[in-house]
Amino acid sequence: MIESSKSPGTFRLGPLLFIAAVLGVAAIAFAYTAGWLSPHRLTPKKLVAALAPPGGPALGHRRNHAKGICFTGTFEANGEGSALSTATVFERGQYPVIGRFNLATADPNAADAMVRVRGLGISIKTPDGQEWRSAMIDAPIFPVSTPQSFYELLTAGGSKDPDAMKKFIGAHPEFLTFVGWAKSAPWTGSYAEERYNSLNSFLFVDGSDTKHTIRWSLIPAAQPVPIAPDELAKRGPNFLEQEITQRVGASPQKWTLVVTVAEPGDPTADPNKAWPSSRRTVEVGTLTVQQIEPEPTGPCLNINFDPTVLPSGITTSDDPFPAARSVAYSRSYNSRTAEASYYPGKETGAKQ
Amino acid sequence: MTTSRKRFTAPQRLLHWLMAICILSMLFIGVGMVSTVTPKYLTLVQIHKPLGIAILVLALIRLTLRLIYKAPALPPDLPEPIKLGAELSQYVLYALMISMPLIGWGMLSAASYPVVLFGSVHLPPILPLSPTLHTWLWRAHQYLAFAFFATILMHVGAILFHKLIRNDGIFETMAPVVTNDQRKLID
Repeated sequence: MIESSKSPGTFRLGPLLFIAAVLGVAAIAFAYTAGWLSPHRLTPKKLVAALAPPGGPALGHRRNHAKGICFTGTFEANGEGSALSTATVFERGQYPVIGRFNLATADPNAADAMVRVRGLGISIKTPDGQEWRSAMIDAPIFPVSTPQSFYELLTAGGSKDPDAMKKFIGAHPEFLTFVGWAKSAPWTGSYAEERYNSLNSFLFVDGSDTKHTIRWSLIPAAQPVPIAPDELAKRGPNFLEQEITQRVGASPQKWTLVVTVAEPGDPTADPNKAWPSSRRTVEVGTLTVQQIEPEPTGPCLNINFDPTVLPSGITTSDDPFPAARSVAYSRSYNSRTAEASYYPGKETGAKQ
Repeated sequence: MTTSRKRFTAPQRLLHWLMAICILSMLFIGVGMVSTVTPKYLTLVQIHKPLGIAILVLALIRLTLRLIYKAPALPPDLPEPIKLGAELSQYVLYALMISMPLIGWGMLSAASYPVVLFGSVHLPPILPLSPTLHTWLWRAHQYLAFAFFATILMHVGAILFHKLIRNDGIFETMAPVVTNDQRKLID
């Protein structure tokens, strides 16, 4: 082994400074990447925190769409989807489904008649081990055009400034399209009578590697019966869950999965903009809801209906929402599963 | 566990530098992806999973090579505390290289997420769906990632100390190439 080139006692500052600089630069780069030096970055933490009511989130529950009920059933593909996508789920056959009917609210105890938007989460598994998850809502368009404006909407909604909402609408007039739907669309008395829409666009990749930008909807077999909201309020806070349990208990409920194909120039990146009604649609299969199960003991409780869990043959498009939803849902999942003891019905630390 | 060789073998050195790039990228991708809501998130996640599995495979190969070829001895004049630190840090780094990908894989399994590497290629779950397990693993993945980065910073600081201040030949044991001057240092 060698002798040190300098005598041991010689103190040299240069190398020490160099080492400190290397480590310092690395640490700063790491901190920057983590967002610790960028207080204005819209982080998943901020986005999810903005969903919470003033008193904080309901511990142990999803941070949005907190109220829901599980179901199991099947998706029966008719084979028509294979012309648009190579995904196994579109090959003629029947595949198992786990899903969840839900309300777009951060309050798991909200009265059903008070929540305007209803949703459906779904997971379809194919025998090759692939999975397709989706979370849809009954609104035909999303309230805003970008994740950033969604954050601003939540912030304005929770603001003490009485003009916050007015200012928000001034900056985001597209929100009025959604308000128009919310005010005029009929309410129904059943989850089974709702049409559920992907809102976000995705890409279907066909056998020749051609990409088709599409959206999809689940169209109910049940005839929607419009009912006034004050009439619904009289049915009790949980009438939707009671109704769907009885209804599915009496007979399975069905929806047709319809894919809408965009044409060049359509607003594929903006879920606030509907596509022209003349766009080609393809019926690709039927969802059958066969059994309802209460959430606390149901198979949907610990499933994150992350819309970016996609089989080969489906990918995300230029729509920025699925990415934002994915990271926000993941954060919500991490929080609520860590708070599982707060979820009603659990043995330890349960609070009613 | 040492060899009379003055340098690590060429495959060991190749793996070291390849993995250095992979692991540093991985740590930056990890902290970066969970801090953004932009579509970059999905791109980063899509790199994070297969890269993690690649690191696991490389780490197992590297551990095997290490057991076969061993490591060059530390200089005999190295003070005991430094020697201890050097040996301990190697155990810590191997443990992290192997456990982090397994924890990530287990964490996804315990949350019932499909573990997609690319296209239709996916791995089976290694744990059952369990919020409790998920919470433990998710926290471990997060805290160990910071510990991993801190360990790497110490590792870099230490090797620069050996090279620039002691110039004791330890850097040369793993250097990708050595100059003639450096060769004199270790031969």
